[in-house]
Amino acid sequence: MTETDKSKGSKEMQSAGKMREIMAGYYIDAKTAEQTGKKVAWITSGGPVEPLIAMDIIPVYPENHGAMIGASKMGADLCQKAEEMGYSGDLCSYARADIACSLVDGGPIGGLPKPDMLVCCNNICGTVMKWYEIQARYYNVPLFIFDTPFCHTEYADEAKKYVQRQVEEYVIFLEGVCKKRLDRDRMEEVGRLSVEAQRLWQAVLDTAMNRPSPMTCFDAFFHLALIVTLRGTQTAVDYYRSLLKEMEQRVADGIGAVPNEKYRLLWDNLPIWYRLRWLSEKFAAHDACLVADTYTSSWSMSLRYTKDEGSFLDSMGEGYARAYINIGVDEMIKIVLEMVDKYDVDGFVMHSNRSCKPYSLGQYDIQRAVQRERGIPSVIIESHMVDERSFSESQTETRIDAFMEMINQKG
Amino acid sequence: MEELTDFYEAALNIGKYAEGLKKRGKKIVGCLCSYTPEEIILAAGIHPLRLFGTKETISLADAHLQAYSCSLARGVLEDALAGRLAYLDGAVFPHTCDTIQRLSDIWRLNTQFAFFADVVLPVKLDTESARQYMEDVLRKFRRDLEEGMGVRITDEALRQSIGTYNQIRGCLSTIYELRSANPDILTGSDLYAIVKGSMIMDRDHLAERLPEVIEVLKERVPSTDTAKKRIILSGSICDQPDIYTIFEKAGGAVVWDDLCTGSRYFEGFVNTGGDPIVAIANRYIERPVCPAKHTSNTARGERLLDAVRKHNAQGVVFLLLKFCDPHAFDYPYLKGFLDREGIPSMLLEIEDQLPSEGQLLTRFETFIHML
Repeated sequence: MTETDKSKGSKEMQSAGKMREIMAGYYIDAKTAEQTGKKVAWITSGGPVEPLIAMDIIPVYPENHGAMIGASKMGADLCQKAEEMGYSGDLCSYARADIACSLVDGGPIGGLPKPDMLVCCNNICGTVMKWYEIQARYYNVPLFIFDTPFCHTEYADEAKKYVQRQVEEYVIFLEGVCKKRLDRDRMEEVGRLSVEAQRLWQAVLDTAMNRPSPMTCFDAFFHLALIVTLRGTQTAVDYYRSLLKEMEQRVADGIGAVPNEKYRLLWDNLPIWYRLRWLSEKFAAHDACLVADTYTSSWSMSLRYTKDEGSFLDSMGEGYARAYINIGVDEMIKIVLEMVDKYDVDGFVMHSNRSCKPYSLGQYDIQRAVQRERGIPSVIIESHMVDERSFSESQTETRIDAFMEMINQKG
Repeated sequence: MEELTDFYEAALNIGKYAEGLKKRGKKIVGCLCSYTPEEIILAAGIHPLRLFGTKETISLADAHLQAYSCSLARGVLEDALAGRLAYLDGAVFPHTCDTIQRLSDIWRLNTQFAFFADVVLPVKLDTESARQYMEDVLRKFRRDLEEGMGVRITDEALRQSIGTYNQIRGCLSTIYELRSANPDILTGSDLYAIVKGSMIMDRDHLAERLPEVIEVLKERVPSTDTAKKRIILSGSICDQPDIYTIFEKAGGAVVWDDLCTGSRYFEGFVNTGGDPIVAIANRYIERPVCPAKHTSNTARGERLLDAVRKHNAQGVVFLLLKFCDPHAFDYPYLKGFLDREGIPSMLLEIEDQLPSEGQLLTRFETFIHML
C-alpha cells in the first residue's frame, strides 16, 4: 500500500519499517520461548491479553497469524489442506488455515510456537471456541474460556457479575499454569499502558478526519498489528506515539494517503487480506480514500467503558464484553452512523465475509439503515478473508466501478 | 398406528395445529433451540412451539441474511416475514450459534410480534460461575416473560410444568429405548412424527398421549429379522422424514440419534425438589451438550462412542446442515473418535432439501454394505 502511494507522489510512512522490525522481534521471541523459559499462550484477537503481559507470558495470536497467511497469499493451500482433514470449506478461513498450519508448520513464518495454554474469549464469535477446542485436543494443553455473554440490547447485571467472576478465575488459571502469583502492581501498570495505547491508537485513527486524510484503512490494517498483539506494553505505547506524530506531521504538511482525495469512504468488516493492494489501488484510481473502518477501531472501543478510578481488572471485563461484534445490530448501526458523520464519508463499502458470520449477518440491515439515515451509497463485496479461491476479482471490480459511478453522480 | 394421528397432524401441518390452539385461547411463543427453557414458558400458561425452517422458496429473508446462513435461520425468518407465523405472540432466542445470535437481532428489528426475549445463556457449562449465571439468566427470563406477557409464574406452576416435561422426556426416552431394542416396532417416519409432534403439540395433551403410544409399542411383537444394520444419526436438526424411510429401504435402521430434534431434546430430567429454577439450570448444565456449548474438549466424542456401544450400532451417519459452523467444526474429531474404534461413518451434507431419493438410496446402500 505505502509503496503504491510513493509512486503516486505521497510519502512512504516511516513508521512502517519500525513496525516490521517490532513484529519480527516479537515473533522471534515467541518462537524461541522454549529456550528462554517463557510460557506461550495462544489468545483470541479480542481476548484479555493484559494479565498475560503482567504474568510475563508471551501472547500469540492465531488470528494475526491468519492475517499474515492471507497477506502472503498462502491461505488457499492451507484452507484446502484443512478441507482434506474434513473441515468444511464454509468454515472461517482463519480457523481452517491455522488448524492446517499446526499440522504442516506451513505459512510465512513456518507455523506458530507451540502453546503452553490457550485463552479463548468468545466476544468475537462462537467459531473461536470450536477452533480452540480443536487446538486444545491437538496440543493437549489447558484451555481457558472467557465467556462474554452477547449484549443484544444491554450489558445485563447478570452478565456483568458472571464476567467479573471470570476475571478472577482467569487470574487463578494463569497462576496455576505458571506456578507463580500475579503481581497486582504490575497488573495495574500493564492496564495503564494498555489504555494509553488504545487512546493513542484511536488518536491515530482520528487523524483521518482531516482532508485529505493522512491514512487509509489499508494503513490501519497494517498498523493494527501492535494494538492487537502487544497492547499493555511500553513498546506499543511508544510505537503509536511516534505513529501519531508522523500522522500529525502529514496533516500539517497537507499530505494525503490518496494523492487526489476526492471521495471519502468507510470500510466495514475484516480486510480481504490477499487483495489489500489491489483494493487500495482500485479505490485510489477513483480518487477515493477509505478513511476509516469499523474493524480497526474495535481495539479502542473498550475506552468507552474504561474508568479512571478503580483497578484495571475491575473495568476490563465490560470493555471486552461490549466489543463491537458482541453487540446487537441496532447498536452497531449507531456506531456506524457516528463514524459516517465523524469521518464525513461519501460512501460505505461492506465486506460480506463468509468467514465471519457475527460480523456479516445483519449487514443488509445496517446497509439499509445507513441508506435511510444518511442517504449515502453503499456496496457489498463478498469473500472469505484469507481463502482467495472464494474471491471473484472481476465481479468485485464491476461492483466497485458501479458504486463509484453512483458516488460520482451524487457528488 | 391410530395413536399417532395427533402427532402426524401436528408435525405435518404446524400452522393449522397452531391456529387450532390459538382458537382455544392459547398464547403461543416460538422457539428455535433445545436450550429454550420451555418449563418456564409452560408454567406461564403459554404454549412453547418449536420453529422449523420453511418448505417454501426463500425470498424475503434474502434481504436480511446472506446465502451463507443455514436453511433453518433463513427458513424461519422467511416464514416470519411472509406472515405465516401470525399465530405467534412472540419468540424466544436462547443464545447458541453465531447465526441464531444475529437472527435474533434481525427478528427483533423486523418483526412485530408482541413478545420477544433473548436468553443469553452461558457458552461454557463447566464452571460454578457459569452454573450460577445460568440460574441468573433463567430468573431474568422468568421476569421478562412475566412482564412481557402480563402473567405471574409461581413456583407451584413451575413445579407442575417440570413434572409435565419430565413425563414427556421420560416417555420419549422410553420410546427410543424400545425402538433401539426392536427397530421394527416403529418405522423411522413414525418416530420422526412423534419427536417433531412433541415439539409442536399442547404439552399437557402430549403428556397423556405418549404413554398410550408406549403401551401399543410394548404389545408389538418384535421382528425376527435381525439383518438390518443399526445406525446412529448425529447432527443438528433433522426435519427430513424421508431420510428414515430411505435408510430402511437400504436395509438400515436408525436406532438412536444425537440431534437437537432428538435425544438432545429429551435427555436429562429436572430435579423435582428444591428451587425449580436451580433444578432447570442443573439439567442444562448436565444434559448432553450441543457443539455450540462447551463442557469438555472431548465430551461429544465420548458420548457418541458410548451411544454406539450402548445401542450396539454398526455405523454413524453425520447429518450436517450446510453452513452450520458448530457441527462442521466437530465433525472431523467425532469421525476421528469413531475411526480409532473402527466404527464406519458417512457424512451427509444437506443444504435445504435432500438429494434425490435414488441418489440417497445408492449412497446409503453403499455405506450399509461397508458395515
